[in-house]
Amino acid sequence: MAPECHAQIITDIAQAEKGLTMRRTSAKPMILRATLLSALIVIAGGAALAEAPRASADALTAPFLNVIPRTAEEAARIARVTAAPADFTAPEPFEDNPAGGATVRARSDADAFSQPPGNISFERELDFKVGNGLFRKLWVSSPSSTLASDGLGPIYNARSCQRCHLKDGRGHPPEGSEDSAASMFLRVSVPAKKAVVASKIEAFLLSLGDTRQHSRPDPVYGGQLQDFGVLGHPAEYRLAVTWEEVAVPLQGGVARLRHPTWRAADLGYGPLAEGAMLSPRVAPQMIGLGLLEAIPAQDILAHTDPEDSDGDGISGRPQILWSFEFDRPMLGRFGWKAGAATIREQSASAFAGDIGISTPLFPAPWGDCTEAQATCRAAPHGDGDERGTEVDREGLDLVTFYSRNLGVPARRDTGSPPVLNGKRVFHEAGCASCHVPKFVTDRLEGQPEQSFQLIWPFTDLLLHDMGEGLADHRPEGRATGREWKTPPLWGIGLTPQVNGHSYYLHDGRARSLLEAVLWHGGEAQPARDHVAQVTPRDRADLIRYLESL
Amino acid sequence: MPRLTTATAVLALCAAPALAQEKSAVLTTYADIGQAVYSDSLTTAKALKAAVKDLIASPSEASLTAARAAWVTARVPYQQSEAFRFGNAIVDEWEGRVNAWPLDEGLIDYVDADYGGATDENLYAALNVIANPSFRLSGGEIDASDITPKFLAETLHEADGVEANVATGYHAIEFLLWGQDLNGTAHGAGDRPYTDFAAGVSCTNDHCDRRGDYLMAAVDLLIEDLDWMANQWGQSGAARTTLSDNPEAGIAAILTGMGSLSYGEQAGERMKLGVMLNDPEEEHDCFSDNTHNSHFYDGLGIRNVYFGEYVGIDGRVVTGKSLSALVAAADPSVDGDLRAALDHTMAELGQLKAAAEAGFSYDQMLARGNAEGEATIMAAVDALVAQTRHIERAVAALRLEDVGFEGSNSLDDPGAVFQ
Repeated sequence: MAPECHAQIITDIAQAEKGLTMRRTSAKPMILRATLLSALIVIAGGAALAEAPRASADALTAPFLNVIPRTAEEAARIARVTAAPADFTAPEPFEDNPAGGATVRARSDADAFSQPPGNISFERELDFKVGNGLFRKLWVSSPSSTLASDGLGPIYNARSCQRCHLKDGRGHPPEGSEDSAASMFLRVSVPAKKAVVASKIEAFLLSLGDTRQHSRPDPVYGGQLQDFGVLGHPAEYRLAVTWEEVAVPLQGGVARLRHPTWRAADLGYGPLAEGAMLSPRVAPQMIGLGLLEAIPAQDILAHTDPEDSDGDGISGRPQILWSFEFDRPMLGRFGWKAGAATIREQSASAFAGDIGISTPLFPAPWGDCTEAQATCRAAPHGDGDERGTEVDREGLDLVTFYSRNLGVPARRDTGSPPVLNGKRVFHEAGCASCHVPKFVTDRLEGQPEQSFQLIWPFTDLLLHDMGEGLADHRPEGRATGREWKTPPLWGIGLTPQVNGHSYYLHDGRARSLLEAVLWHGGEAQPARDHVAQVTPRDRADLIRYLESL
Repeated sequence: MPRLTTATAVLALCAAPALAQEKSAVLTTYADIGQAVYSDSLTTAKALKAAVKDLIASPSEASLTAARAAWVTARVPYQQSEAFRFGNAIVDEWEGRVNAWPLDEGLIDYVDADYGGATDENLYAALNVIANPSFRLSGGEIDASDITPKFLAETLHEADGVEANVATGYHAIEFLLWGQDLNGTAHGAGDRPYTDFAAGVSCTNDHCDRRGDYLMAAVDLLIEDLDWMANQWGQSGAARTTLSDNPEAGIAAILTGMGSLSYGEQAGERMKLGVMLNDPEEEHDCFSDNTHNSHFYDGLGIRNVYFGEYVGIDGRVVTGKSLSALVAAADPSVDGDLRAALDHTMAELGQLKAAAEAGFSYDQMLARGNAEGEATIMAAVDALVAQTRHIERAVAALRLEDVGFEGSNSLDDPGAVFQ
């Protein structure tokens, strides 16, 4: 599966949010945040889009989850347990198990991210294993005698999910000019012509007075560039990169960062459209996704501060996009710019965009091929047998179940003095403002693995301006060209063990955790500067702490 | 019921001393079976090595047939060992080296022209190490002039993090002995000619010497791995002492191994997925068409650890205090039902094996629209699913169901989970 769904690239409703905010200037920020979403719901369910069903807050944010409402007593316990730590001399209660009951033993091998959650039943383990079989399945081109396995492409980035999500961990940039780019790719879009309304979310936003310019897929290449084609179909491009090293001074040392310039070389279908914007994306790790999906939306929105009313320099804006599956606005959670609201939509869009496999959600059998790529669209495809789409509903459900359930490994060394000191530095630097350590998931009927778990993902799932250094200059939905969603940090210390490398950030430019920290800019600049200025010992301990996650 | 893990079973369970002694005795039987089954796997792997040596020294139809027969024999004890995999971390973290599947065979040797292709994104799927003494991997130059066990294990296996890049273990050896099965869902296994190992002008498909080197290195590595694992189950081996150090967790480990292998691994990933996709690529022993035996002996291995009885390759019986007796003491009806369910599974797997040996091979059963094949496989799947329900009842009868991450809310317990 790949990072995000280009088909869901929506647009910006900052104007709407601003309007709603301004009308409630007398309200306290917390209340204001809570009402934002309900205001949106009312609009979505009302006049703006008559076909969108009226919905409650829970239904808007997670209509597929069967949520048991929290009691006041639970809310109080949750507030206590998720409070920031004050004592750094010992681990906090429950800290060893970052996924609560879904935590898995921290294996010492490359399979550490590939385990079913610790609290899954034997029965549901079967679905997990069959889903895993589909996740690693190599799709073949049509026509083929194995009808259930064909439908690849015609153009694609990978033949299987696992090919990018290596060992369910993170992908990497090419190691050299001859190395395959198969665990990352480029997104592409062009600015839309003004006054052309192309999607429900755009119509919705326009009705709120938002006239911001939107973006569109490239008219020839679509929303994503595929670097492979089945026989007879040229690849769209070859991923090319040049690196430029720069020295960065630190208290008591110096670091070197490598700055990438990404290019779409050897274009197979003519030049990109004028003004084309490219965004490189490495496949992210797969662990704990179902738990992120089960965080109550209001708990995520409680961290938003679009106007920085508390003056800490950190805003945090929710990605709100149009769900194809539920036909309504929803909170984006998955992908580098939070471009997908649910694991199911994320999985289906990755099948379409990355492998060229159709699902009931995205039924076009040619994946990301545009009308301009007529040969691709007219080629043999793998749909039309008794399964309907190339992957049927059952198959998509199984891959979704698998992706929702990959267990998060237990922490290591939580009580060791360097790790505890590193934790102190993490909090003092302000990292925890965006890399929010703790949430408690909703109580869910029918999903015991994710239900009511105290989790430690280290993300607020919100969009933040990360500065010019990390900017891709390609807006996606509400996210600007400088904004990225805070990625979760759980399991990050096991990356070398699972993936054999230590490349981090959206395009794998950072070669170590320290480099990743030093790339932070924009809202995170003060936290980054804090880390650059502490003693080498404190900095090393901070890294030890991250390695223990 | 939460799945049990040895790491977490530590948390609960206070048993009376007599019961604790019985549990220790059950674990001794279990570990004895482990030692015997891995030792038998080692012995049969050594016999495989002798046959492979013979094949390489004097390639002929007869020596190839003998090597294939030795491989099939070697699978008999090994598959029975799989009941030890889940629940014993030491086995689970080792297993990928010896029994990983499915594999991109083009990594190892020549393949049919329709396989993969030049635009395939898994560069290594068509790498063909046997034909290429040097190649580039992850941007670096790799010297493969000497194909050694170390090279296979440390450089080639899961090259570039791609799980299909299986370079070692039974299935890599299987591919080298049989070659690709190009019959799809029609009858017939792989048909590699013995001349693929011939010297000089008789050599077919080139690089026969390197093919022999690869085969020998893979067998040597298998022996090395099995030898290590057999030792872990010896009197002072880590696998055995981990169990005896915590008998309650050990009992949970036996049941976890039974349940996870029955349900998710075998009924799910190895059987149901293939039926769902009608894809012979999902057949567990797809080169040799030995899948029916792999499934049958997996089932037998599950039965062995519950009944506390293993019949070795020389007819020697390893037996002792059984988990069955422990469950019977807690609830005779649960024990009776579980024994019956395990026996029923063996009957279904026996029928599947019988049909396959009579000429209705497993890949034929997977063919789209083959109702008889689907029914034969699904009867075994259903039996495996049914026996897991009784495994869960046994867990409850032994009061092991509260063991696990959900078992504790104590703040001073480092394994505690907020609830």
